[in-house]
Amino acid sequence: MIGENTHERGLRQSVDWRLVITYLLLVLIGWVNIYASIHTSDTTTIFDWAERSGKQFIWILTAFGLAGLILFVIPPKLWEGASIPLYAVVCLLLIVVIFVSKDVKGSHSWFELGPVKFQPAEISKITTSLLLASYMSRQNYKMTQWKDFLVTALIIGVPMLIIVAESETGSALVYAGFIFVLYREGLSGWWLGLIGLVILLFITTLTLSPYTSILILIGVLTVGNAFYGNRKDFWRKIGIGGGFVLLMSFLPWLLEFLQGQVQAHLDWMANRFWVPKAGEKDTYIWSFLLKVKPLYILLGLSLASLPFLGIRSFRRRDNFLGMSIAAFISGVLLVFSTDFIFQNVLQDHQRSRIEVLLGMKEDLAGVGYNVNQSKIAIGSGGLLGKGFLNGTQTTFGFVPEQSTDFIFCTVGEEWGFVGCLVVILLYVFLIVRLILDAERCRESFTRIYGYCVAACIFMHLFINIGMTIGLMPVIGIPLPLLSYGGSSLWAFTVLLFIFIALYRQEKKYF
Amino acid sequence: MTLDDRHTRLLIGLGVAAVILLVRIFSLQILDDHYKEDADNNTTVREIIYPTRGVIYDRNGKILVGNKVAYDIIVNPREVPPFDTVALATVLDVTPEFIRGKMQEYERNRRKIGFQSVTMLKQLPAETYNKFAEVQYRFPGFKGQVRGIREYPINAGGNLLGYVSEVNQDYINRHPGEYRSGDYAGMTGIEAAREKDLRGEKGYHIFLRNSRNQIEQPYKDGEMDKEAVPGHDIVTTIDADLQQYGQELMQNKVGAIVAIEPATGEILALVSSPGINVDQLADIGKHYDEIVSNPYRPMYNRAVQASYPPGSVFKLVNGLVGLQEGVLRPEMMYPCSHGYHFGAGHKLGCHGHKSPLNMEESIMMSCNAYYCYVLKNILDNRRYDGIDESMDHWHDMVESFGFGRKLGSDFPAELSGSIPTAKTYNRAYGKGRWNSTTVISLSIGQGEILATPMHLANLCATVANRGHYYIPHIIKASEGVEIDPKYYQRQYTQVDTVHFPKVIKGMWRAVNSGAGMGGTAWIAHIDGLDVCGKTGTAQNPRGADNSVFICFAPMDNPKIAIAAYVENGGFGATYAAPMASLMVEKYLKGEVRREDLEKRMKEANLMSRVKKD
Repeated sequence: MIGENTHERGLRQSVDWRLVITYLLLVLIGWVNIYASIHTSDTTTIFDWAERSGKQFIWILTAFGLAGLILFVIPPKLWEGASIPLYAVVCLLLIVVIFVSKDVKGSHSWFELGPVKFQPAEISKITTSLLLASYMSRQNYKMTQWKDFLVTALIIGVPMLIIVAESETGSALVYAGFIFVLYREGLSGWWLGLIGLVILLFITTLTLSPYTSILILIGVLTVGNAFYGNRKDFWRKIGIGGGFVLLMSFLPWLLEFLQGQVQAHLDWMANRFWVPKAGEKDTYIWSFLLKVKPLYILLGLSLASLPFLGIRSFRRRDNFLGMSIAAFISGVLLVFSTDFIFQNVLQDHQRSRIEVLLGMKEDLAGVGYNVNQSKIAIGSGGLLGKGFLNGTQTTFGFVPEQSTDFIFCTVGEEWGFVGCLVVILLYVFLIVRLILDAERCRESFTRIYGYCVAACIFMHLFINIGMTIGLMPVIGIPLPLLSYGGSSLWAFTVLLFIFIALYRQEKKYF
Repeated sequence: MTLDDRHTRLLIGLGVAAVILLVRIFSLQILDDHYKEDADNNTTVREIIYPTRGVIYDRNGKILVGNKVAYDIIVNPREVPPFDTVALATVLDVTPEFIRGKMQEYERNRRKIGFQSVTMLKQLPAETYNKFAEVQYRFPGFKGQVRGIREYPINAGGNLLGYVSEVNQDYINRHPGEYRSGDYAGMTGIEAAREKDLRGEKGYHIFLRNSRNQIEQPYKDGEMDKEAVPGHDIVTTIDADLQQYGQELMQNKVGAIVAIEPATGEILALVSSPGINVDQLADIGKHYDEIVSNPYRPMYNRAVQASYPPGSVFKLVNGLVGLQEGVLRPEMMYPCSHGYHFGAGHKLGCHGHKSPLNMEESIMMSCNAYYCYVLKNILDNRRYDGIDESMDHWHDMVESFGFGRKLGSDFPAELSGSIPTAKTYNRAYGKGRWNSTTVISLSIGQGEILATPMHLANLCATVANRGHYYIPHIIKASEGVEIDPKYYQRQYTQVDTVHFPKVIKGMWRAVNSGAGMGGTAWIAHIDGLDVCGKTGTAQNPRGADNSVFICFAPMDNPKIAIAAYVENGGFGATYAAPMASLMVEKYLKGEVRREDLEKRMKEANLMSRVKKD
């Protein structure tokens, strides 16, 4: 032992205690709020074993045990070597659970062994991160090689697809976060931009209109072209593209005005007192204006200009312009197929959640109930909150799932904006520390794994809190470390502490 | 660490995401207050109290539209245990299948309904409700709710009053924040035009509840409760008896009668036939399709919407314009040889009467030729630079009587009719290719002139007032209800008031010269009332001529001015004149002595002459 100490730095220096303390704070905040969320006027203590707060106490203690095990017992070297078998076993579990589990609200993702329940999807985040880190840290790995890229995509895609098959689309969405890891490791930033654009178009098409979406598409492509190409062309491109967008954004107003005039005339003819429809036979010569939609004009003009842009891109060898044309065409196709995807590809509950989120449908008694009650609970918190155990919305049971997926409501209601700020800042601090530590690592395995952990926590954080405040559709994933539930707490503890252990090992020897 | 490092960009992205979340939370918690109210609403429940709707009165305080009590049966499906469907169906006078169907529907929509109550049956009469109330204890979850519905004591003014019905989603959307599903609102007529006065304000009682929706006690001992405010009553200018009498006279005829009090512009009666019976209004849901599909279009309010050629009553206007322009003097004589001859063999025909004749006699005997001369003199007046200018000048003077434009009454959907200008004919014939003889039929109120019966009544009131009118209106100011000040303002025409007595003399003679003296409207004579009138017989391209008559009485200090228009009724004296005269008698004498005439008018059926739409 004495000999070891000369090589190694002590526990105090080698472990990143800032991560550990942030972890402990979050777990503690979670435990207190779980107690508050199930608290009713009957006095129970936070240690009452029959209640969720008491059970969570046990989960926390066992999670500490796991953390100690990873930090002190399991040799950190093991993780990289075991990544392939672990990944395989967990994928197998993911498939098996589909067939042996009970139907819980349509999803098949829980193993039940007597009183213990656990979700393999929680662990698969860890094993996927491990394998991803192990594969991408190989010496001759290059993201631009299609074979490497394909394997990377498969490592992420396989568990993701199986989880979709379990009807746990929400958990699968978390895997989209790995794109940030790929970006850090060399994936072109245009991919991120492209994915962002697709999401933006999807949302604007559904909430605003296809017309606005296409205008946005043209605008984004214009700005992209302006930045990408020759600097001296910058203002000219912005001028032409921006001018077109600006002009076209007034078109609907103009058309609406004209159509209003026509309609007013028709109404005047038809809407006579006591006469429901007198204007049926009326053939007003400008009536055709009513049928013209701004979209037709916009599309006509855009398509007419495509050949010119195409020739220009060919002559000038401007590949970016060529790609933009392709992006425009596929973007328009996306906009028009959005409705189809929305109506036919998505499942009913997913569609209605998105509809409620985007405000397309107000369904306060059905799907919208959760979000509305959650927003009421958080919104009524004010600056400082109603105080510990004083929340009315959460304690009277208006918010559903309040100790698991909607735990943030309790924070918002009882601790107010200050409480929310503290919790979010703790998470941000955790993620920032993870990224900075990862950057400091010499082994790419540890770095990539660190980014994976950061990405997972970020996705959970953004989706879960986004859901409780109505920014995201209702996706049932827990808030890391805060939400009630053993399997989630354990999984995040293991995920995080593997990184702490790996990082410690780096600091220990270098 | 520069901006181009990927991990720096990712950190910036993380910061942006965190700021998005925090901004949203900030706006929810600090900026937006309504979530705090919603949190209170979660723990309280409001029971809505419906106000009673305002009553609509006639000018003499008779109720045209009142309220009576009916009962809705409402049910809270979550509180309903299994029950005896047949027993409930018997009590409520419906089939067991109806109740089973409803309960199945609630079961299907249970998520949407939640803990709320829904209305199962609407507007049950009191006796049915009383039967239900006796056995209500056997059917937990069901209860009755009082609801005021409309009641019509007199069959008068179905077309004017309009109906009340439950608002649909479209209506709620068009009046944001004012209505909720289940509310009632006036949809047409006075009910719609005065909805804001009539509806009153809803009240509410607040109760505390827990998250299981069990109501516990009044919130703050009812301190925050709001009582319903009843709607304002509306007093109309309508004389219910006169209106009802007019409707009886017009039954089985197509047309309209409009009666106005000249001194105020108040509409005493506004009859459109065929019209809508008040019992149809009371149950509009059942009768709506029937009304809409009726080929005679009972919803179409002919009194303010039908554009008719005015016929000879328009001679009054041309005469007055001629007097004002100085091209006509009362003593001028013109010949009439069964009409007015012009051009090569053209003639505008006339009936047999004395010739030549002066202006008074021309009105009394309704001579066509006389007004051809008058119009020709107006249009060929040397003072104006050609016929375009004189035509437009004529148009402006005619328009000052209210013709060719909306009068601006408070009655919805009034139409404007039309009066031609030089442009009308320039478009039709080409500039310079028409002259005063081309448009000569304007002299006798035919051709391009169209007016509503209300325009004609207004003309009559203008003459009765010797040169001014008040905009006809149907709502009187009363406590809490104001009307537009324009209804108190005199509207003058462009004809000097000194000219009016000259035509009134002619109108008096048309009625009071006695049979056989050539007066066209002797049938309108009433002993002791100096009725002044003018007949009209307007050509109708769709069949027999329309019968037209305007009159006012008494000659001095007139109390009523009236216009009657009967489609396909023949001569003005055949139907319109007797009817208008009977209305005058009814209004001024309170009873009708000429029972034979009254019977003949009521029983006449002209429907077979009328072409359906």
